[in-house]
Amino acid sequence: MIVSFVVNGQDVTARVMAPTSLLDVLRDELGLPGSKSACEQGECGSCSVILDGALVCSCLVMAGDAEGSSVITVEGVGESGVHPVQKAMHRAGAVQCGFCTPGIVVAAADLFENNPHPSTAEIKEALAGNICRCTGYGAIVRAFESLAAESR
Amino acid sequence: MGASTLRPDGIAKLKGLFEYAQDLQAENMLWGATVRSPHPRARIVSIDVAPALAVGGVHAVLTADDVPGRATFGLEHPDQPVLAGTEVNYWGEPVAIVAAEDEDTARRAASAVVVEYEVREPVIDPEQADRNDEVFRRMRINRGDQSVSGEVVVEGYYEVGMQDQAPLGTEAGLAIPDGHGGVDLYATSQFVHVDQEQVVASLGLRPEQVRSHPAGVGGAFGAREDVNLHIHLCLLALHTGQPVKMVYHRSESFTGHVHRHPARMWYRHEADREGRLVRVEAKVLLDGGAYASTTAAVLANACYFAVGPYNCASVSVVGIGSRTNNPPCGAMRGFGAVQVCFAHESQMDKLARALDMDPIELRRRNVLTEGSPLATTGQPIQTPMPIHEILDSLVSMPLPDVSEATDLLSLPGGTGLTTDREHVVRGVGYAIGIKNLGFSEGFDDYAQARVRLTDEGAIVETAAIEVGQGLVTVLAQIARTALGVSRAEVRHVDTSQIDSAGSTSASRQTQISGGATLQAATRLRERILHDYDADELDDDGVWRGETLVASMGALVTRDWQETVTFRHPRTEGPDENGQGTIHADFALAGHRAVVDVDPELGLVRVVRIDTAQDVGKALNPQSVRGQIEGGIMQGVGLAVMEELIVNDGIIRNPNFTDYLLPTILDAPDVEALLIEQDGSWGPFGAKGVGEPPTISSTAAVAAAIRNATGRSIDRVPVRPQDIAIA
Repeated sequence: MIVSFVVNGQDVTARVMAPTSLLDVLRDELGLPGSKSACEQGECGSCSVILDGALVCSCLVMAGDAEGSSVITVEGVGESGVHPVQKAMHRAGAVQCGFCTPGIVVAAADLFENNPHPSTAEIKEALAGNICRCTGYGAIVRAFESLAAESR
Repeated sequence: MGASTLRPDGIAKLKGLFEYAQDLQAENMLWGATVRSPHPRARIVSIDVAPALAVGGVHAVLTADDVPGRATFGLEHPDQPVLAGTEVNYWGEPVAIVAAEDEDTARRAASAVVVEYEVREPVIDPEQADRNDEVFRRMRINRGDQSVSGEVVVEGYYEVGMQDQAPLGTEAGLAIPDGHGGVDLYATSQFVHVDQEQVVASLGLRPEQVRSHPAGVGGAFGAREDVNLHIHLCLLALHTGQPVKMVYHRSESFTGHVHRHPARMWYRHEADREGRLVRVEAKVLLDGGAYASTTAAVLANACYFAVGPYNCASVSVVGIGSRTNNPPCGAMRGFGAVQVCFAHESQMDKLARALDMDPIELRRRNVLTEGSPLATTGQPIQTPMPIHEILDSLVSMPLPDVSEATDLLSLPGGTGLTTDREHVVRGVGYAIGIKNLGFSEGFDDYAQARVRLTDEGAIVETAAIEVGQGLVTVLAQIARTALGVSRAEVRHVDTSQIDSAGSTSASRQTQISGGATLQAATRLRERILHDYDADELDDDGVWRGETLVASMGALVTRDWQETVTFRHPRTEGPDENGQGTIHADFALAGHRAVVDVDPELGLVRVVRIDTAQDVGKALNPQSVRGQIEGGIMQGVGLAVMEELIVNDGIIRNPNFTDYLLPTILDAPDVEALLIEQDGSWGPFGAKGVGEPPTISSTAAVAAAIRNATGRSIDRVPVRPQDIAIA
């Protein structure tokens, strides 16, 4: 089938087989490999994107269901520069292997879009769907605590 | 040096632009897939590849008969078939490989291969394997007078479950034929030179025909020391004449790499009335699973550190690495020291109770200091050994208040509305651990690095693998510091361009590739200064006093480079009693865990971990803290949730829904003190920092649960039934 939607502000069209996930279309058809595939079942959040304003695991979205929607991937976060959540993570040392990082960037961008000054508990709850195997999460929490404190 | 310089690849990773092995593409690329055994043990009666070849878009289906060179591979002993030919020995063992025009077709074709098996009874009990003498290695350590005994005796039996490294990136790679019979491999790895050697052997090629290139790696933790898809990819690429890519799915990844050895451990500690250890006896049984991998080395390490960081003049350790039809086990962060640490620290706490003594005081009376012999091997410790400083730090760090919050997220069991605050019991536990750094037992452990001075600054060329730990940051820091310039960059080069850097494992790269980088940069600077009869080098050029002798622009018209191979202090294999100078260096860490437990439901929340770690010199404190926090999290995971459930040789939970990994809500608060002392041979006195956080954090959590509940807690991960029903 042919699916047409908007990714990071650009109109795209992809020809997909019925059972294909949005993640596979982004990575394999649309040249956007920033979203990562790590568990294929919505447990780890590495493939997180924003679909019509909602944070979703793109591995769990059928590509056909993206028809007519607007998708923001990690490539579209801070598109022309470095987004504040990216800056905060970089400074705090919140990136190691980086495989979970795109998903965390998308989830955190979504959090700060909706709640510019989240509490520590709100930060943790917002990122509860993102597994990181390297950092132990400490630097990730510190990054977003300091971002939340900025411009308060 | 000593500054928290930010990662050079950080922004690329944050923007989704960093290229991982999973992201590689090539013109005319095919996709590979693997046919795996559904049985833990069976004879292969026949393999019919015709139905797979009949699938449209399939270019090749290969079996054991198509392996042109050595039929087997292995990191230490090549005992594992590249593709099983006559029998399969574990669930998920590769039997055939497929290349097709796209991934779905390759997987469909793989499922079309018809393999007829004659199923056999698998050996799943490591004690049975021991009785059958099916072992990869037996170890015996006897030190001191074996006839002594102490007045106070405690015995224990302990178990550790099978943990998985679960790096976020699964196994992935791309092999590209070079058109002249050779191949270029870009795959997830911790050690490209040893991958290259094994590809060369099994493909029957000359070494110069195979180039293994470092590719972007999404975590490792030991899972990528062994070959998995590397030989398969090269076979398919050379057979089809086209680039071939393969990416394991998560469930496949759980069978596609080795795991942490499950352990059974029997201990007897004897002490005098003052709490001084008189004798320690231990028997350590690690299940190696179906193939050797690094079982021999992991077992040896478990035996060498079986007593922990304590003095004892009379020691007997027996070690067995069994061969069964369970999943193969090998390297994971901590490499044998993790399992025995849980046992020896549980024993020390048990001994403290028997003596009615504070467990910290008991440890103080027994700890190793610089110059003491390691209790097992007798090797004198010639590196800083700040255990008293670690213990002092742990007891002086403030304890968290008992939470009165009604926030469900702060309760054991979280938002499941299961735990009442008034039922929660708090516990505190301590543990300390020791591990070797670098490779031991006489292994020629070296790394080569090349440092160049160019108009882009210093360039460090290395085949050492960056797996996320921050080697790219620290090698650049070392080169900048030693040369005196402000810009440096690490370039990962393939196996044809530089000699081995050894494995990114054993906490070794900062010390060994760092040591090579430091020597190369230092020699390069000395040569430049000598050539110009100068006394200073900086970004402007070379200086003699106040005079600029040559500008940097003029300087770099020459190809300044220096290549150094660095070796750590020589070690030796054990004698017949397990004695000798077996290790090159040692590091320590200690942990204090605070837990909240719901004893009725058996639920645990790890509230806080305080740690002090012997780091020698922290070259990049932010990176060191990252290793400490990440290593602790894996230790906490092993303590309370991470276990591969293997029944009848089959992994029952090979996915992220059922193999539980700690989330941000499970993460305890961590406070870390870095203990810096001069004396290690690492660059600027640095010690490796990756593994010590994982050694004793598990044991500390177990001790805290024991403290909260009074339960014996003799196995990890601690399950609800171990608390609520025990």
